[in-house]
Amino acid sequence: MLLIECPWCGPRDEAEFAYGGEAHIARPTEPDKLSDAEWAEYLFLASNPRGTYLERWRHAHGCRRWFNAVRDTYTHEIIEIYAMGSLPKSKLGIQAYEDSWRRGSAAEQNAKRGSAKS
Amino acid sequence: MSPQSHRVTERGRTDKTRLIPFKFDGRDYVGQAGDTLASALLANGVHLVGRGFKYHRPRGILSAGSEEPNALIQLGQGQRSEPNTRATQIELFEGLVAESQNRWPSLAFDIGEANNLVSRLLPSGFYYKTFMWPASWWEKYEHMIRRAAGLGKAPVGRDPDRYEKHHAHCDVLVVGSGPAGLAAALAAARTGARVILADEQSELGGGLLSNSEATIAGKSTEAWRSDTIAAIEACEAATLLPRTTVTGYYDHNYLTMVERVTDHLANPPAHLPRQRLWKVRAKRVVLATGAIERPLVFRDNDRPGIMLSSAVRTYLQRYGVLSGRRALVFTNNDDAYRTALSLKEAGGVVAAIVDLRIEVSGALLDAARAKGIEVLLGHAVVATKGHKHVRSVSVMALTGAGDGVQGLAREIECDLIAMAGGWNPTVHLLSQSRGKLSWNEDLGAFVPGQSFQAETSAGSCTGALETADCIRQGLKAGMDAARAAGFKGRAPAAPKVEEHSGSGGMRLIWTVPSTRPVGRGGKHFVDFQNDVTAADIRLAAREGYQSVEHLKRYTTTGMGTDQGKTSNVNALAILGDVLSSDIPGVGTTTFRAPFTPSAIGLYAARNVGEFFDPERRTMIDEWHREAGAKFEHVGQWMRAWYYPKPGEAQRQAVDREVKAARDGVGIMDASTLGKIDIQGPDAAEFLNRVYTNAWLKLGIGRCRYGLMLHEDAMVFDDGVTTRLAENHFHMTTTTGGAAGVLDWLEEWRQTEWPEMKVHFTSVTEQWAVVSICGRKSRELLAELCDDIDLSGEAFPFMAMREGTVSGLPARVFRISFTGELSYEINVAARHGLALWRALMAAGEKHAITPYGTEAMHVLRAEKGFIIVGQETDGTVGPDDLGMDWIVSKKKPDFIGRRSLARPDMLKPDRKQLVGLLTDDPNEVLPEGGQIVADLKPAPPMEMLGHITSSYYSPNCGHSIAMALIKGGRARTGEKLFVPLDGKTVSVRVVEPKFFDPEGERANG
Ligand SMILES: [Zn+2]
Repeated sequence: MLLIECPWCGPRDEAEFAYGGEAHIARPTEPDKLSDAEWAEYLFLASNPRGTYLERWRHAHGCRRWFNAVRDTYTHEIIEIYAMGSLPKSKLGIQAYEDSWRRGSAAEQNAKRGSAKS
Repeated sequence: MSPQSHRVTERGRTDKTRLIPFKFDGRDYVGQAGDTLASALLANGVHLVGRGFKYHRPRGILSAGSEEPNALIQLGQGQRSEPNTRATQIELFEGLVAESQNRWPSLAFDIGEANNLVSRLLPSGFYYKTFMWPASWWEKYEHMIRRAAGLGKAPVGRDPDRYEKHHAHCDVLVVGSGPAGLAAALAAARTGARVILADEQSELGGGLLSNSEATIAGKSTEAWRSDTIAAIEACEAATLLPRTTVTGYYDHNYLTMVERVTDHLANPPAHLPRQRLWKVRAKRVVLATGAIERPLVFRDNDRPGIMLSSAVRTYLQRYGVLSGRRALVFTNNDDAYRTALSLKEAGGVVAAIVDLRIEVSGALLDAARAKGIEVLLGHAVVATKGHKHVRSVSVMALTGAGDGVQGLAREIECDLIAMAGGWNPTVHLLSQSRGKLSWNEDLGAFVPGQSFQAETSAGSCTGALETADCIRQGLKAGMDAARAAGFKGRAPAAPKVEEHSGSGGMRLIWTVPSTRPVGRGGKHFVDFQNDVTAADIRLAAREGYQSVEHLKRYTTTGMGTDQGKTSNVNALAILGDVLSSDIPGVGTTTFRAPFTPSAIGLYAARNVGEFFDPERRTMIDEWHREAGAKFEHVGQWMRAWYYPKPGEAQRQAVDREVKAARDGVGIMDASTLGKIDIQGPDAAEFLNRVYTNAWLKLGIGRCRYGLMLHEDAMVFDDGVTTRLAENHFHMTTTTGGAAGVLDWLEEWRQTEWPEMKVHFTSVTEQWAVVSICGRKSRELLAELCDDIDLSGEAFPFMAMREGTVSGLPARVFRISFTGELSYEINVAARHGLALWRALMAAGEKHAITPYGTEAMHVLRAEKGFIIVGQETDGTVGPDDLGMDWIVSKKKPDFIGRRSLARPDMLKPDRKQLVGLLTDDPNEVLPEGGQIVADLKPAPPMEMLGHITSSYYSPNCGHSIAMALIKGGRARTGEKLFVPLDGKTVSVRVVEPKFFDPEGERANG
């Protein structure tokens, strides 16, 4: 049972939260311009690393707000919590963001700049 | 045997004046207050308490703690009966009733013992090898095996006991209350830190409870123990929990503990639960879990009367019980000398100390010799005799290398063997916490290596053997933990400890040799609970099961209810011997929670019966109950299902309700519909993005049906949404989908479109909704409502008007899920019942008929309206449902739009919604029934799809069904088959609209 620090409510048991999958997968703004494969990348593909992961959580049984986290999937250490619409500030988080295979993909380029997820 | 024949009056902590009667295997015995079942049995000279798992050999009590593999007891009677409890942990109480297990027909005479005679036929992997084929016989084999093996019996009825859960937070959790645990708790608690000290035993003190030889700070161990406990108790923030086993160590220092609250009481007070599950989040953890003694693996080491040396000492010093009158001590290290000395001092006879070591020195050896105890160095027990109790041993000298024996065998009579194979630090919780173990060659044991979480180990679980070291480590660990949790202070000074010490050192001979090769005469048991021998492990290794994980599963070693607490390291070491590998090279298996078995009821605790899941009831519920409605669960809601009149069967009641809702007036409680209030300047735009159809131009006071897709274009929810004002909408969702839809909207607003100015509020429980339906519904409403023009022109279909109904402020929606003229009247929740009663009273002259969810399902199916979750299952798109009409072709984007063009969505053989009619108008097909075109006498045959909805329609006068069928629409008119158990029904594919296909009736 992880201990997760909700930015609005403080540290709470994992049971109060819902997992939201990988962070920073922005929705393409002009989906018609994407090929089926490029659309499928947005829709179905997520990375699954052993190590640093940028992911989304929702304080489902609390304030119901979404936020991002940098978590190590091996140690379960939560390295950083940061707001929707912002980028990680920790060294590991920045690294993971920059290393994402998604950066620069067609679906990513099609996504709206300034989206909370970009 | 006379009562308590083996009790030593001047020893032990039991209350000699309080005699406790109890029953074991139907016989009456007497023990003393403070006894465990095991100590009470031993006090009465009873060792034989069970039978081996495979060979059914007689087994006795091995240990004095939670590691016990043999003395597994069926405790209690009736629904309270609990299998596999350890006699060593059961506190004796008046009237306790216990039975041995794994024997038939009786413990003394057991038919399965024949297995021992044919044991060559029961090698490792025996079950796998013998019962591999044919597969269809497995059921029979399994039944036989279960009966033969049977580790106790679970009661079949409901658990009559009550359990509780408790959540706790602390700065320092100390696990174990031996010298290290007490010291750690004291050091931490004195700083003001919130300390929880938990110990699985009935009294705090751990090893101190059975150590009367040492002195600590000039006091007896008992005085130091009770003073220290008092000092901890004096700290306000400390919680001391005896009878509490820490069972699991999870992520982020989250631990579970099982507190046995009333198990030890003959008459538990009603207000207390039987057990309590603690869920603890600790800033720091100190593991002071002690160590478990290891058996020696020698020939026929499983006879009753062969016990762990430390257990013999515990029974004597803590319980005042001499486990035998003439003991033989067999050891590879110093500690067993303490046992020999204690026995001797208490008046027992020590026939000899047989020590595998050649070079031994120190105070313990000197003391033993001074007491006149014969010490045989470099010797081994090579055989034991005695069927239901050990009678004698055969001792020989070891060869220099220790791999064989030499010289003449000497027979020594004894009724007790105290064996000491060294100590295994109790690293289970550390391992659960993902801490690393490291092999210590000097101790021949795994000790804590690198921590993974915020914990420290202290005391004998680190391999420390001396009390002084344990206390010193405990003080430091407790102090460090408190400091790390933000507290200040200094640890108390370490007290001076005086006790006998030895030379240290041990001689590791993992399989003690005998005169015959291992496996060729007698059995060297490694795992007593699963009857796994050294020969089994060697055989498995030769057969290629050389990975420790494979070995474990193939031989089943370490897989019993004791999880191999006494057997794991011996098994690994023997595997290492065979593979000529060191033990770290062999590796370890993973320890898993729980540390000891725990009752399932504990994890459910109070969440059983009506508290399993919250039950939601509408404001009109009282009326439905009084009317004798039958209810059904819809999500957490209890909805009126149908209202049978006296003597009416379900079908008759539903038929009547369905007819009345069209021809007269029906009334239904629709309060459970999900309702979301949506406000903000971007509300319309937001709806435009989440629904498939257009919303920007919806007029104020107008309603629109909408379909929501997930981004993969699969239907997710539907409902009618109404524009109340320019920037204000009222959305309805399916009853079961309400929470999911609200979450969905929030997700998009918060994570994708944070710039949109729109807010969502659940108002499901703020409104009571009564739906009236049928030809007379307008007339009925008119009687109670004089401030809304109800004419078709002024108040058209798919519109909403505000006014009053029966004097209650109301929003009236002219919408219809039945295809009939219908009004959904929304009033404040507190007015719901009043509105219902008013409508019922006014409707009496029209024979107003309440209808439930079953009739509603029939009514909508007559019209071919879908129910999300019934006609859909997450793989169904709008076109599959024939609902392409609601998907906008003009909007540039909405959630799910792009996926509608994915190639898989365009395949002609997608499953499509169709209607089915049976040849026999009264044949109602079962929902879920499979549909085939190419009928064969038996499966397999190609399945085209399944029936999603099926009812008898009284308005049509025949049964109706809807189904999802591959390429279904192109099959209209075709004849297909539904093969059922014992018969096949032929059906005709039709358009899924069975009644009023033109939709005239909604206009009234
Ligand atoms: Zn929160």
